[in-house]
Amino acid sequence: MTEQELKPKVKEEAPVKGERVRPGRVFIPAVDIFETPETLVLVADMPGVSGDNVTLDLKDNLLIIFGQVNPSPEKETLLAQEYAIGDFYREFQMGELIDTGKIEASVRNGVLTLTLPKAEKAKPRRIEVKSG
Amino acid sequence: MAMFFNRDPFQELDDLQRQMDRLFQTAVGRERYPRRMGVYPLLNISEDHDHLYVRAELPGVSPEDLEVTLKDQNLLIRGQRKIPAEEKNVNYHRRERESGFFRRVLRLPAQVDPQNVEAACKDGVLTITLAKPEEVKPRQITVKSA
Repeated sequence: MTEQELKPKVKEEAPVKGERVRPGRVFIPAVDIFETPETLVLVADMPGVSGDNVTLDLKDNLLIIFGQVNPSPEKETLLAQEYAIGDFYREFQMGELIDTGKIEASVRNGVLTLTLPKAEKAKPRRIEVKSG
Repeated sequence: MAMFFNRDPFQELDDLQRQMDRLFQTAVGRERYPRRMGVYPLLNISEDHDHLYVRAELPGVSPEDLEVTLKDQNLLIRGQRKIPAEEKNVNYHRRERESGFFRRVLRLPAQVDPQNVEAACKDGVLTITLAKPEEVKPRQITVKSA
């Protein structure tokens, strides 16, 4: 992989759904999604989110990831703000059947990694072509 | 990573910044802090009575790939964000996350105590805590009645 210089990105705000109880902004985390024959892996950048503050929900093929960010201490006065702080929310329509009992999630350095094992019948199966 | 700096990087960056400032000043009049193209990482700066705080969102950057240096009033943040390569039989559906290196120098808005600087990375957020020296701390002055 060639090494490149990272460019700053303005965080994209998540579309508002219903009224939120907690005030504050919500952003869409950047994700990588890849697939192996057995699993679907989702990696999301959620800086400021610890493992305890992640909520995952998978219902009827709709996967929802939500990460709550603690606001910066109130006693501080902001001198310059280049990035906005807020929670992270994103939804995915899952095409594959997922074995919901075996989902694994971990958060490290503000990156959520979600391993979603495919359900038995969703795994690719090689079809033997018989010569007649 | 040693390849980045052969000479004094602070001097070079500082000179460059000054030149940029001059350029912007002539272009946009007397604006002191022009809106430049941002440099990664984006920073938030705040203060309280005793400290100055510089924060950056650096998800996926491990502390050992991060370097924070203070020289005079210049704070240099540089490092690398690595995304481990997956095995070959992997098919990507989405690829929005980027890897690469970054370096940014920030001219601090106030003097700080160079002996009293802390940098901590938690949940992908870097917080640099800089102590203000006694002489720049706000002090309440008692008004005596004559």
